[in-house]
Amino acid sequence: MAIEIPENVVVSRLDALASWCRKNSLWPMPFATACCGIELMATGASRHDLARFGAEVFRFSPRQCDLMIVAGRVVMKMLPVLQRIWQQMHEPKWCISMGACASTGGVFDTYCVVQGIDRFLPVDMYVPGCPPRPEQLIQSIIDLQDIIQQRGTIRGVEFTAAARQQPKRALIELPILGDVRTPPHHNGPIPPATLASGKDRA
Amino acid sequence: MTDPAVISALTAAYPDVVTSEFRGDVRAMVPRESLIAVMSRLRDEQGYDMLSDITCVDYLRYRDATDRFGLVYLLVNTTTAARLTVRTFVNEPDLDVPSVVPLWPGANWLEREVWDMFGIRFTDHPDLRRILLPEEFTAHPLRKDYPLQGRGERHNFPVIRRAEA
Repeated sequence: MAIEIPENVVVSRLDALASWCRKNSLWPMPFATACCGIELMATGASRHDLARFGAEVFRFSPRQCDLMIVAGRVVMKMLPVLQRIWQQMHEPKWCISMGACASTGGVFDTYCVVQGIDRFLPVDMYVPGCPPRPEQLIQSIIDLQDIIQQRGTIRGVEFTAAARQQPKRALIELPILGDVRTPPHHNGPIPPATLASGKDRA
Repeated sequence: MTDPAVISALTAAYPDVVTSEFRGDVRAMVPRESLIAVMSRLRDEQGYDMLSDITCVDYLRYRDATDRFGLVYLLVNTTTAARLTVRTFVNEPDLDVPSVVPLWPGANWLEREVWDMFGIRFTDHPDLRRILLPEEFTAHPLRKDYPLQGRGERHNFPVIRRAEA
C-alpha cells in the first residue's frame, strides 16, 4: 500500500539536506598574504559579488569560519600560524588554495617559502593563476559547493576517507638547482655539471 | 655633497682610513679597530647625526676581493644633507664588530638584521637576536655559500591531515 504524501513535501536523504545547508552558507576565512588577497577582496566586493553564492561574509576569526581561502605565498615562519588557524576552525571545514604561490610556491623557490600548502594541510580545491581572476575563485567555490553536495555526509565520513590520508610530499627535499661552487662572475657557458644536477628536479 | 674638509680632517686624524669618491659620494674604508672612534668623531664633531642604514656584502669568490664580508654604514648629516658611506671589512672566523647602538639607537634592529642574514656578531649589542627568521633557524641565508633553496628548513613541519584537525 502506498503512502500518500502531500505535494508540498519533499523526500530526501538527511545527508543531502545537511550538505545543501552547508554548501549554501560557506563562511570564508581569508588568509590573504599577497596579491591574491586583492583579488579575494574584489571577489567579495560588489562588482563580482560572492554573496550570490552564499559565501560573502568573511570572518577574521577562525572560530566562525568553515572555508579557509589561502591567498598568497606562505613562508616558513607563517606556516605554524596557518596550521594553528586551520586547527581552530570548526568541522566541517574546507580549504581552497588560491593562486600559484599557495599551491606550489610559485616563482618563490627560496629557502623560506613553503612549496605548496598541501604538503602540510589538507586542500580541497586549487585555483590556478597568478593571481587568479575573481571569476576563477567564484568558479572554485561553485565547484566546491558541488563537491559538498555530492560527497557530503552529516557525520563527515568523507573527511576520514582513506583517499585523503595519503602521504603528501612534505618531507621530500628538492635537489639544489645549480652548482654553488660556480663563481658568480663566471660569464662563459654553463658547465655541464651544473645542468645535470637540475635535470632530475621534481 | 660631502664637505672635502670633513674628509681631509678625518684622514688626518686616522691615517689608516682610506677614502674614495664616486660622483660626489664619498666612501671611507675604516679598519674595524678604529670603527667606533671614527663613528664617534663623525657623529659628534662632523654632524653626521643620523644612521640611515647598515647592511653587509658577502664578497665570497668575488673578483679581486680580499675580504669576505664588507659592512656598509650609511650616515647622513641632517643639517647639511651630506651623506657619507663608511665601510669596514671582516673575515672568518673572527666576525666580531663593535656595535654602534651606543651612538645611534636606531642601529639596534639594523644590526640584528645583519646578524640574522650574515652572521656578523656585533659585540656589546644589547639584544642580538634574529629579527626576521624564526628562532630555530641555524644558518645565515644571505651568505653566498648558502644554497638558494635552503638546506631543508622549509620542510621540517608537522603535516596536518584531515583526521587530526
